[in-house]
Amino acid sequence: MPSARLCLPAATALLLLCALRALLASNGTSVLTELLEEAGISPLHQLTGIGSHPELQATSHPAEIQSAEDETGAQGHGIAGFEMVKWQWVHVQGPYLIAVWILVASLAKILFHLSSKVTTVVPESCLLIFLGLGLGGIVLAAAKKPEYQLDPDTFFLFLLPPIVLDSGYFMPSRLFFDNFGAILMYAVIGTLWNSFTTGTALWAVKLAGLMDPKVEADLLDFLLFGSLISAVDPVAVIAVFEEVHVNETLFIIVFGESLLNDAVTVVLYKVFNSFAGIGSENIQALDYVKGVGSIFVVSLGGTAVGIVFAFVLALISRFTKRVRIIEPLFVFLIVYLAHLTAEMVSLSSILAVTFCGLCCKKYVEANISQKSRTTVKYTMKTLASSSETIIFMLLGISAVDTSKWTWDTGLVLFTLLFTFAFRAIGVILQSWILNHFRLVPLDRIDQVVMTYGGLRGAVAFALVILLNEQTIKAKDYFVATTITVIFFTVIIQGLTIKPLVKWLKVKRSDHHKPTLNEELHERAFDHILAAVEDIVGHHGYHYWRDKWEHFDKKYLSQLLMRKSAYRIKDDIWDVYQKLNVRDAISFADQGGHMSSGKFTFASMPSRTSFSETSVTNLLRESGSAVCLDLQVIDTVRSGRDREDTVMHHVLRENLYKPRRRYQGNYSRHFIAQGEQERQEREVFQRNMRSRLESFKSTKHNVYSSKIKCRHKKEHKCQKRRNAEGTNGQVPNDKLQRNVSWHDTVPVFVEADSEDEEKDTATKVKEQEDDEGITFMARAANENLQERKFSGNFEYPQSPRIIPPSPTSAEKELPWKGDQGDLPACVSSETNKIVPIDLQYAWKQSTSSLESLVSPPGSDAVFQPRTSNFMLEERTSSAALPVPRHPIHFQFPCTAGEKSTDEDTMELIEQQELQPLMSAEGDSPSVGLVSTRWPAPFHRPSYVSALRSLVTSTQYNIKQPEKSGNIQTNL
Amino acid sequence: MGSRASSLLREEEIEEIKKETGFSHSQITRLYSRFTSLDKGENGTLCREDFQRIPELAINPLGDRIINAFFPESEDQVNFRGFMRTLAHFRPIEDSDKSKDPLVPEPLNSRNNKLLFAFRLYDLDKDDKISREELLQVLRMMVGVNISEEQLGSIADRTIQEADQNGDLTISFTEFQKVLEKVDVEQKMSIRFLH
Repeated sequence: MPSARLCLPAATALLLLCALRALLASNGTSVLTELLEEAGISPLHQLTGIGSHPELQATSHPAEIQSAEDETGAQGHGIAGFEMVKWQWVHVQGPYLIAVWILVASLAKILFHLSSKVTTVVPESCLLIFLGLGLGGIVLAAAKKPEYQLDPDTFFLFLLPPIVLDSGYFMPSRLFFDNFGAILMYAVIGTLWNSFTTGTALWAVKLAGLMDPKVEADLLDFLLFGSLISAVDPVAVIAVFEEVHVNETLFIIVFGESLLNDAVTVVLYKVFNSFAGIGSENIQALDYVKGVGSIFVVSLGGTAVGIVFAFVLALISRFTKRVRIIEPLFVFLIVYLAHLTAEMVSLSSILAVTFCGLCCKKYVEANISQKSRTTVKYTMKTLASSSETIIFMLLGISAVDTSKWTWDTGLVLFTLLFTFAFRAIGVILQSWILNHFRLVPLDRIDQVVMTYGGLRGAVAFALVILLNEQTIKAKDYFVATTITVIFFTVIIQGLTIKPLVKWLKVKRSDHHKPTLNEELHERAFDHILAAVEDIVGHHGYHYWRDKWEHFDKKYLSQLLMRKSAYRIKDDIWDVYQKLNVRDAISFADQGGHMSSGKFTFASMPSRTSFSETSVTNLLRESGSAVCLDLQVIDTVRSGRDREDTVMHHVLRENLYKPRRRYQGNYSRHFIAQGEQERQEREVFQRNMRSRLESFKSTKHNVYSSKIKCRHKKEHKCQKRRNAEGTNGQVPNDKLQRNVSWHDTVPVFVEADSEDEEKDTATKVKEQEDDEGITFMARAANENLQERKFSGNFEYPQSPRIIPPSPTSAEKELPWKGDQGDLPACVSSETNKIVPIDLQYAWKQSTSSLESLVSPPGSDAVFQPRTSNFMLEERTSSAALPVPRHPIHFQFPCTAGEKSTDEDTMELIEQQELQPLMSAEGDSPSVGLVSTRWPAPFHRPSYVSALRSLVTSTQYNIKQPEKSGNIQTNL
Repeated sequence: MGSRASSLLREEEIEEIKKETGFSHSQITRLYSRFTSLDKGENGTLCREDFQRIPELAINPLGDRIINAFFPESEDQVNFRGFMRTLAHFRPIEDSDKSKDPLVPEPLNSRNNKLLFAFRLYDLDKDDKISREELLQVLRMMVGVNISEEQLGSIADRTIQEADQNGDLTISFTEFQKVLEKVDVEQKMSIRFLH
């Protein structure tokens, strides 16, 4: 950063100093005042003196500060001995100014968005340029010397990469590759065409004498200028197009072109620049060949660098499961390294970053945790957004510097005309060619928008600033012209493109959320098309895409994704999860009152366990916002979505509440659940409860957490078993099949058996143990008082409680009515588990439990519970008739809830009993399960903990724990 | 090859196919040569085995369903016209296809016919409804082994819920159309046939 004489930090410093002085003067602290006099006074003088002797100040400033510093040092020794406060402006100057600049730009953004009217009409980029112009003007007026211009090095090394990464990473890859041919054509042929035609046409104008004769430039200079002025700029295009919302195809073509043409632009620029350096008379034929060759080298090389780094990044992200916290760092570091590497070997760094982002995304996203994904996303957006802001502002400021300008109306006008005209011609010609090959032709309107969307931006400016004045004598003219073209395209075209798009009735992108049907059927379409291409024998796009996907699935994904992620990777499933998250959000927005019946919350558990949130995270964190990350909702459109941010906050605010409210709304999740999904639901409830736990102290909460605890235990066992199973190479699904109907967690097993979990198993489990135990101790006392309530669990063991009085239960149930279904559901689930464990327990005659547990009568077990449950159901459905019915509709146990007739009852019982009966008969399977109890389970501490629990909490020790004991006794 | 194929195909036949399917003359002859190369029995018709011999089709999860779509009901053979009629569904919609008067039946490559083709892939029992079971079958084919039955089931449920409007827990063709109305079916169900 250049030396400081910027008004804003200056003003800030001035204010600060004044305040300090006033304060010090009143206090009369002599040392400090003196210090300030010595150190602070010179900048103060200087700042205040800017108006009077700007020239002098400008030149003498650094020296002055330096001397002031020296003085301070010397006098400090002599007088004060020790300095409490030291003025060190020079020390912090650089970063300080940068920070202040960013702050100014960000504050400006706030200002712009105060009025929504302004921002809907005027693109932000325009506003920023105007702001830059204003600030530049002030700086110029204050310092009489332009400062803080867009420095090409800063631009290429720091400002550009975030923007390109953002666009590459969030590029809709399918769309991009669907239109890859067109994009490539416009980027390569189009840019070449534009460069050469613009360059030669300007040269012709010059020859015709329509230009100021002082513009000393030959054909090569004009070609150089043409090459830098003809490239469509990604920054400008994104900035404008993301606010226009044209249809995806159009957007991706213009946007993809702007990204990919970098290679061509940079190569042309370098080639012509070196040619101009050599001098046109010294160029040999070989140089031309080299020039052409370098286009391929630079572009393909840049792409290759990007892909290699993407591969490395994906591979690294596969092994970050224990260092989740630095996952985002890897993403940024490696991409940045790709950029620097490409820059170092003078390949196209934009291409490198674009392809690195594009290629790594799929694998990285699958590997890193949900939180890291969010972090990456927001960091990327923040960086890109601030870079963009700074670029446009600096562009504005740079334009004020008239010393670098030399205006020539002829040159400016003709450049404007030619850039526009030749782009139009190029687009029309290329579209005409492309339409022979495209499935959906680009129509006239598309072509108009593409022509009009050819915005020039900071890349051109940076390139023109980099020109060497010695070899390019007309540099000043070119600078002026470039700035004018940039301003014209960004401001005039940026302002008018929205009305134009409206007026032309360009197909807009409809921002509808993906539906499962669309995803599913589109997948089917893809398969159909691939098959038809096979039948027709024409190896077209779909054929190759199919091949690639096959390859990716078979080798690449296996290599680059961690196993857990690979197994669950499926687009349809992803969409399903996204939809559920979306529902959760809309649910939250509606304050927990779902009107639509389309709430299949059942999958939430699998989603939470799917998201690579480690178990540790799940346990440690109370915030559920983590799991319901909004990212998934966002379609991949690049750009800094304001909507998105808004939604994110809505989410953060709202998710917390429904979590508490959920007790009343658990039943919502029962909708549309088949028999098979019970387990999933169970896991979900367990997860929800585990989070609820810390907030609750009422009876109900104890109850639910108690259950949670029990589930947790069981879950633990299950996990153990599972871990063992996978370790022992026992096929997971087999295991699942064996236990599925008498264990509530098989789905969780399936979902949860991430390798990471296995790895951290011991640790996590210990933690779980702790939690569970503490909690149990707490729960025990209250539970004893809750006879009726625990009767729900008790009756299988002690017949006297059969049948439990439903009315009393209802009386005691705090969630009766609104929250009725939670316990109902829980009990139905738990009872399903209980008997088996109990039977087992009975058989094993576990001594500690003997007095508490009686063997369950298989029929008696369910009858009362069911009726109880149904009564609860009825009351609850009476209390809240509308949402309950559909919700319970598909829940197998409650299928007949609204009917009181005996048949239905029996039917329900039958349903409930079926698996149990078979379980009893199916002893081998039980044995199989039990043999799978892993060795670690016998850990003495665990057992003893359980035992102590068992004895201290009486019958409150619930069956899963018993089963745990049993197992340990085996 | 092309000339030999066209010589086997009578001009009037080409004209008829052209009229029916909208393929151009050269496309028809090109496809006819493909047809004959697939026709190992050389009897002018294709049977299922002929299709199954295409290696890529064997690994296509929906391969069998698509092969079936080529065969009219309760028939094991498909002749060139039938072959072309099926392929015509995938012809991109051109401007000339749109400007038809309402009396003329929709061309085979109309949006509705494209959708109908996809719909029939699901609808195995031909009751004009996609039931949960039918959906599940297709799902099972399309997603890998990584997704459990439970998850598939919930996806299927959700899918039906999303599309189902009359509450019969199946997807009728109207519902199918409705749920895909925002999808660019014209593009996503078209391939480019070489001229």
